[in-house]
Parts: sequence; C-alpha cells; structure tokens
Amino acid sequence: MDPAYSVILFTSASGAGYGLIAWLAFTRLSGFWQLSPLAAGITCLVALALITTGLLSSTFHLGHPERAWRAMSQWRSSWLSREGIFAILTYPAALIFTAGWFWSIIPASIMNAAAAATLLLSVITVISTGMIYASLTTIPRWNNAWVVPVYVALAIASGGLLFSIALAVSGAANQPTMVLMMAVLLVSWAVKWAYWRYIDRQSPASTTATATGLGHLGQVSQLEAPHTSENYLLKEMGFEVARKHATKLRRMALNFGLLLPGILLVLAGVSNGLVQLALLALALCFGLGGVVIERWLFFAEARHAVTLFYGRSL
Amino acid sequence: MTSLPKKTQKKLGLVTDLDICVGCHACAVSCKEWNASGHSAPLTDSDAYGKDPSGVWFNRVHVYETDDGHNTRTVNFPRSCLHCEQPACVTVCPTGASYKREEDGIVLVDAEKCIGCKLCSWACPYGAREYDADDGIMKKCTLCIDRIYNENLEESERQPACVIACPARARHFGDLGDPESDISRLVEQRGGYALMPETGYQPVNKYLPPRPRKDRAGDTGTTDHLEAAEDSSSGSSFFSWLDKALSR
Repeated sequence: MDPAYSVILFTSASGAGYGLIAWLAFTRLSGFWQLSPLAAGITCLVALALITTGLLSSTFHLGHPERAWRAMSQWRSSWLSREGIFAILTYPAALIFTAGWFWSIIPASIMNAAAAATLLLSVITVISTGMIYASLTTIPRWNNAWVVPVYVALAIASGGLLFSIALAVSGAANQPTMVLMMAVLLVSWAVKWAYWRYIDRQSPASTTATATGLGHLGQVSQLEAPHTSENYLLKEMGFEVARKHATKLRRMALNFGLLLPGILLVLAGVSNGLVQLALLALALCFGLGGVVIERWLFFAEARHAVTLFYGRSL
Repeated sequence: MTSLPKKTQKKLGLVTDLDICVGCHACAVSCKEWNASGHSAPLTDSDAYGKDPSGVWFNRVHVYETDDGHNTRTVNFPRSCLHCEQPACVTVCPTGASYKREEDGIVLVDAEKCIGCKLCSWACPYGAREYDADDGIMKKCTLCIDRIYNENLEESERQPACVIACPARARHFGDLGDPESDISRLVEQRGGYALMPETGYQPVNKYLPPRPRKDRAGDTGTTDHLEAAEDSSSGSSFFSWLDKALSR
C-alpha cells in the first residue's frame, strides 16, 4: 500500500494525542500524580492540537475536504465513520474535565464523569482507527488480530512520552514513574514485534490462480498487463518495499522507538530539573520518530489482493 | 446508506466467456467511450498523449499464461466490477456515497456525496474502483445504468456498452438472480465461476472457464495412435542399393 504522508502523520499524531489525553484523564481519575492546573491545561491543549493536526491532515488527503462532515453519517457499517464520531466526541469531554482544574464551579462528579468519558472515548477512537485497517480482508497483513493492539499500545506509549514532560514540568517525574513509562514502551513494542513475527509467517490463501480462477489449467502468470503505464490501482495499492530495506527499517524503528527513549528514561529517572526535561524531550523526539517509521512500514509492507491480478503474490 | 439491502429483487450482472475472449480490448475502449459522457462522466485522463498516460477505466483486459508442465495456454481476461452481493466497498464508505441498489443489485457511487477518501478502493479485492484525481471522487462500473434502462435507445441496445462491443460475443448481460434466465443457464451449462470466492464478497458476475483443449490425437475423433509408415529404404531391394549408390 502507498505510504501516504498524510495518513502516516494522521495516525501517529492523533495516536499520540489520544494517548496523552488518556494519561491526563487517568491522572484525574486515579490521583496518581499531582499536576498543576497550568500543566494540566497545557497538556490538554497539546493533546487536542495533536489530534486536530492529525484530523486536518487526514482531511486534506480527501478529494473533497469540504464534504468531510458527511463522513459521520454511516456509523452503522463503517469504521471510518465511527472513528470520526468518537474523535469529535472526545473534544468536549476533554475540555470539560480539564476545565475542572481551573474552575471550582464544575462539581467533582461531573469532572470525573468527563474524565472517564475521555479515557474511554480516546481508547475507542484509536481502536476504531485500527479497525479501519484490520477490517480490510483484501490486505492480509492488516486483516489480523494484532493490528488493533499495536495501534492502542503505541498510542499509549507515545502519549506516555509526552505525558512524562508534563510530569517533569510539575516536578512529578520520579523514578517509579520513569520505570512505568519504560515498561509501557517495552510492552507496546513487544506487541509490534509479535505483529511482525505474525505477518512474516502468515501464508495468505489467495493467489493469482484463485483470483483468476484459472488454477485448474496449471501455473498462472501474467503474460501481458492491461495497460502500458501505471494506473491508480498500482500507484495506490501496488507499492512494495524490498525485504532487506524492511528488515533494516524495522531495526531502526525499534532503536528509535524503544532503545533510545528507554535509555533516556533511565537517565531522566536519576536526574531532575532542566536536565531531566531535556532528556525527556529527546526521548519524545526519538519515540515519535520510531512510531513514524513503524507507521510507514505498516503501509509499505502491506500487500493488496488486487496485485494478484497483476501476477504478484500476497 | 452504506448498509446493504438484505436481498435484491434482481442480480443484474455480466458473464464473461474466457474461452472465446480474443483480448481485443474492444469492451474496455467501448466502455470508456460510453462512460466518458455517461453517468460517471468524465473519466478523466492525464497526460493522455504524453510519456506517462494514466486515466480512469472501468474495464481492464489482462492476459495470462497457464502452464500445466506439458502445455501452455494464453487466456485473455477482462476485469471489471463484479457487483458483489456482499460488497465491502459499500459498507466501509463513511458518507453513504457508495450503495447497492435494492431493485437490481447494481453497486454505484453518488458523485455528490463522495469525499474521495479512497477507502472503498482499498476494500475491493478486484480492483474495480479507480479514483478520479481531477474530480476528487471515486469512479466505477455502473453496469451502464444509463443504457440498460434507457428508453431512448432501441431495445436491442439496452445492454452495457462492453457487451454490445464484443466482436467475439464473449460477454453476456442479464439477471443472474433468476435461475431461468439465459445468462443463468449459460453459467449452469458451462460451469461458470466467481473470482476469489474465499473473500466472501459473493460476486454476481461470473466467468466461463476456457474449454478443455483438444491437444492429443484421439481428442478430435481420429485414432489416438498412428502406425509408422513402412520404411522402404530399410529392405535390401535393388532400389535400396540404387538409393545408396546415388546418395554417395
């Protein structure tokens, strides 16, 4: 599949944004960390800004952005439609519970209810994003049980790296917290590793023989393509990345996404003040870089059933 | 609504005979010609006369070679929308632009509602949908909806353009939901099949397989083994001696 930059930006930015707002809502509900109202307010705005960036970037890749509102209408059957609805619903919930930090007129019960709703909606939104891909039977590398966990785990992990900065600003980025963030990072990349292991071993049922139904005549190969230059189908769905590059990029994603931020989190755990903040900022940059590489590969490695008609394999 | 109708009154569709398709692309060209000014017009081309032409086509003709270890065969293979009974291209649509008609089962795109998110083309395993970058919307085969119900045309012309254009009569149009229709009978007789049935999309369109080839003596009714003619040069006759003598 064509790794369109708009979609890569959308899923990584909005994933991190929903992860961040989920951490903030969790903090509000659990009281694990004490955040200053200012830190909470800025955290909420950063999260919503990331989500908005993602949504806008996905809107710009549409043929008719001005009709984007129509995408909310088919929630009965379409995961894309559901994603849009949940994405929008998260905004008011997030704003209400964050406002509670500033205005004491908002009763704690409402604030907590809004925080719980935000937590739930942000996770459901990311699940919906994953389901858009996981529900496509045409792409075996997406149509499996690992895709949704990967999206959720990486959203929580990249949101966690952002949240660590908010904690550091509030002086709450203590050692156990850094260990927790590292554990979250480790688990999420373990899920991604399991996904890679899975797609490397799967053997899809569809072949050029089943696509054309000519298998009973022997080996089927394409003798002549229907067109002499590339068409939409091949540009959009025929993108392929060489296996050796994919292996290299997977290693890069793990180094940027897990190894470097992991080391920096350890160092941040034993430092404080501006040094800690700088270390966490660096961890965030590497971590997001890792997710972007991972997301690029998610598209580039995916093979679409239509390419079978062009004599390729899944 | 992108939810699918529980049942359609008819299952209009095409049957393509792979045994007699000659791969002339007349169906594809005729389709392009009609639809360039039809329901989904225009079918935009870019760089049409340049080095890297591309454009929207509803019909693409592949050529495959099959090899059973002894013989190879060339099979011409037109590919277009199969108007599936379970089209995920419709259910994934977030706007309701894609829909399957309850009355005849034709899958269409509402050009006024499509936002051009391309997800439907990702959901189609058959490559039936092609994006029109100029119009910013998705386009696909309409089964010539503007021909088959068009009362301004002679009745004999109320068929999809590809069917009419085919010089080999390899394409047939009709109601595949009616077991008594000519087209259903044809599918029955010739063992018509659906493409990639494992997807569960249940294509309405069917393909008729190439007939078994008569490539052995005996297949055509002649004796399946011919005795070698007697070799006159092997005897020790005078002529054999003469033949050798003159061949020197």
